[in-house]
Amino acid sequence: MAQRVVIDPLTRIEGHLRIELESEGGKISKAWSETTQFRGIETIVTGRDPRDAWAFVQRICGVCTSVHAIASINAVENAIGANPPEQALLIRDMVLASQEVQDHVIHFYHLHAMDWVNVPSAATADPAKAVAFAQAIGSTWKGNTLERMTAVRDTVQGILDSGQLTIFTGGYWDHADYRLPPEANLMAVAHYLDALEFQRSMIRIGTVFGGKNPHPNFLVGGMACTIDPNKSESINQVQTDEIADWIAESVEFVQTCYVPDALAIVGVYKDYFDIGAAQPNFLAVGMAGATFAGDPNNARVVSAHTEVKPGLLLGGDYATVHPFDPTKVEEWVSSAWYSYDAGDVGLTPDKGETTVHYTGPTPPYEWLGDNDKYTWCKAPRYDGMPIQVGPVARVLLAYAQGHARTKEIVDGAAKTLGIRLSQLNSTAGRTLARAVECLTSAEILAQTTFPTFVKNLKSGDLDVFDATHWDPESWPAESSGYSFVEVARGNLSHWVTIEHGKVARYQAVVPTTWLAGGRDASGHQGPYEESLAGNGKHPLADPKQPLEPLRTIHSFDPCMSCAVHVLDPDGVELQTVAS
Amino acid sequence: MAYGVSGWREPTLAENLARAGVARRDFLKYCGELAAIFTVGGLAVAGTAGPAAAATTPVPGDLIAEKLGAVKKPSVVWLQLQECTGCMESTLRSGGTTVEDAVLNLLSVNYNELVMAAAGEAANKALDDTNAEPHILVVNGSIPTKDGGIYCTIGGKSAEQVLRESAKNASAILAVGACAVWGSVQASKPNPTGAVGVDEIITDKPVINVSGCPPIGEVITATIAYILTHDDLPKTDSEGRPLFAYDQRIHDACSRRAHYDAGEYVRTFDDEGARNGWCLYEMGCKGPSTFSACPVIKWNLGASWPIGSGHPCIGCTEKQFFDRFTPFYQTLPNVTGLGIEASAEKVGWGLVGATVAGVGIHAGVTALRLASSRRASEGSEPLQAFGDSERVWLPTPKRRVADPSGTGDAPTATEVAETPHVKDADASGEAE
Repeated sequence: MAQRVVIDPLTRIEGHLRIELESEGGKISKAWSETTQFRGIETIVTGRDPRDAWAFVQRICGVCTSVHAIASINAVENAIGANPPEQALLIRDMVLASQEVQDHVIHFYHLHAMDWVNVPSAATADPAKAVAFAQAIGSTWKGNTLERMTAVRDTVQGILDSGQLTIFTGGYWDHADYRLPPEANLMAVAHYLDALEFQRSMIRIGTVFGGKNPHPNFLVGGMACTIDPNKSESINQVQTDEIADWIAESVEFVQTCYVPDALAIVGVYKDYFDIGAAQPNFLAVGMAGATFAGDPNNARVVSAHTEVKPGLLLGGDYATVHPFDPTKVEEWVSSAWYSYDAGDVGLTPDKGETTVHYTGPTPPYEWLGDNDKYTWCKAPRYDGMPIQVGPVARVLLAYAQGHARTKEIVDGAAKTLGIRLSQLNSTAGRTLARAVECLTSAEILAQTTFPTFVKNLKSGDLDVFDATHWDPESWPAESSGYSFVEVARGNLSHWVTIEHGKVARYQAVVPTTWLAGGRDASGHQGPYEESLAGNGKHPLADPKQPLEPLRTIHSFDPCMSCAVHVLDPDGVELQTVAS
Repeated sequence: MAYGVSGWREPTLAENLARAGVARRDFLKYCGELAAIFTVGGLAVAGTAGPAAAATTPVPGDLIAEKLGAVKKPSVVWLQLQECTGCMESTLRSGGTTVEDAVLNLLSVNYNELVMAAAGEAANKALDDTNAEPHILVVNGSIPTKDGGIYCTIGGKSAEQVLRESAKNASAILAVGACAVWGSVQASKPNPTGAVGVDEIITDKPVINVSGCPPIGEVITATIAYILTHDDLPKTDSEGRPLFAYDQRIHDACSRRAHYDAGEYVRTFDDEGARNGWCLYEMGCKGPSTFSACPVIKWNLGASWPIGSGHPCIGCTEKQFFDRFTPFYQTLPNVTGLGIEASAEKVGWGLVGATVAGVGIHAGVTALRLASSRRASEGSEPLQAFGDSERVWLPTPKRRVADPSGTGDAPTATEVAETPHVKDADASGEAE
């Protein structure tokens, strides 16, 4: 008899995701990915000054803060023909790179780790053994001291003694599938705390340039922060010295702490390289941070990793890179609470419609699955195919194009772990790919982006703003533009149409939408659903403690607020069709 | 700020206080004071009376002592409703009371979707268990009220139901972030989901409004720490914002203020004035109408702050700033908002006037008394002048609506008139 399982709230993600499952004999047989929040921000942007749009759409998400702002600004600049100076582009690249490194670190330690790490077990660990364990896995992180491990063990013990488990309340701590020894758990909890401190420090790169974080400020046409080595009120040597330190910290943390930890954990849970595969189709326009103001085949504006081109890997062939044609992107609403005028068809982003058509139950409710429509998330498809985006897609694409550093890290990890490249399409594979990418991103920031910025500064290149296109009078009466950016969770694009100085149409196609969307008209499941119920083999030992599906869903790093990118391309007020 | 684990080694508050050397009689005295506050503010002690009853029925101090003495480490329910998680991210970045301090040592955060270990059924149980006892409620995110709450559900329940259930036994409620306070971006026109802030739903208890998009991390954690340290809610302004972080306009403490006074303005981004750190007023800076401690506390361990990094303030701690302060790059008196009925000039004066009046509002109204007075004065709120309200409030700094609650805590006309900031109204006027 199939048993129904509801995971809602699915915690340790951004936003609101509900997963409904049917399981039988310890395996998942059916899955529904259900996004339960809708805000309609793109509708709200319509009619506004396009120079303000970044601030609105930035609020799509505060976890991947900055990324929507950068995508928006590139799309608007593409539309109005603004040409931000190189230094401004480099500043955006630095902010984006620092956001991505911070985001991956936060995801691994604070959102994902408790799927693998048993926190209360850390209280029983010998701190000396935790130090030894760290050494054994090649972690040279400076926090691996006996004093630190002892203090962290005492903290965990204190929480257990108080009888109030705070954020650890209700965790599945007696689940049989927590496999790490106590000393590894203690080390991981220590690194969890170290990672909090680390991210507080390194996100200041965004603060120096954007004034605050989350939600730093950006500017159409460049950046508002001035740079001048001989002025106290501009970014000068004082700030560049600080940034150099923070970048060095980032490389150090990722190299000596995050990557060894990730390798060790997926090594212990190696069967998860055979669990959680989604459709073997992958899309990226380059490596992390790749940015295009306009056509992704010839409008690159980013400075780093230019050798990796946009493309797709399809049908489990990890060697053949297919060219990317943006016109093959379509969104379906077969399973989402919207209706299209033309019925159950796929629409390209520039023709997209959003008419709310809620057919679900009035809350409170118990079960949404089995209905045709069950989510606020549309289902994007490329040439009709469900697609995976994100770190795993980018790592595989870079690998296929022979990117040397990616190949080196991936081959090293694969050898250590004894896995094949195709096994990156899995729960553990997505988690490993994120760590690999975090390292290449921190390195390129340290080795190319920041040094180029400093070199330009040295040669007197101080301009950060294109004033010639600021005044709306300088814009065409009607124009449209778009952007593609590879952000922490995958491929992001923003599309804008400007008429007479106002936003006439706005649209975002967001990474999590690709992944979290539901079934399409052909009955293809979305990648989340496929990863859980694609082959009937995904484990779920105890439906009361759904640890295994949490591991798989977390491996995608869901960002649900991003996923529901509801818009109204015609600028007409949203309509709700009562049902 | 260091809260040692040892401080909460014992299971109950009474035992922890005894361990810390707090005399029993001091504790009883404190509880007696609490009794008075509860009576005024309509707070309920769990299990003694419903909110309505508590508003009129005095709660004896010794009963509070009994209940409170048995209280464990303060439990927290930290909801995330319709929002972007930026406020939690800001909390993670707090360098004052760090999130580790808050979550591990200072509080028992039994429910927060971003960081908690449990999910689904186990998470809901943690929520229900905590809701059943007195707790601190922190809310991020707005409540979509349209269409029966379908636009945000958690565990199958509407955001409104989740909020009401968590507010029932809450002993303090903090609305953190622009969404929880006023609805923020999703409440901007046309507000497709009918998003509102917490105090539109929870009207029988005071709500501390920690505004900002997001608020500064240190301000979020300090608001919680304030309650624990002072055993009281922080004093707030008429918008429910804690005075310790919102008692001054950005303009008052701005490091570029001298340039404003000297008439040295940035005229174009990246011009010579910009590189010299001149005033951003003409680039659309909303600092003169925005109450926030940004220039004092700064952001992210003091690394910088918005104006410090050359961008005009967008006024994110103010009500419906996405409608009322846009276009962001237009100079203050020209800000029109969307769909506004009144003329730009009137609204411009409304803005300036509200700014002036706003100074007077910050007169140390206590949160407990404030809740009722704020609601009673609805309709005469000066800040309505900012936006698209048809009731454009044309301020006369010499007169302000008398305190409708009759408690005498509202600012008087004299206080407003005496403030030196009145001069800014003139300055703004001239700038046009």
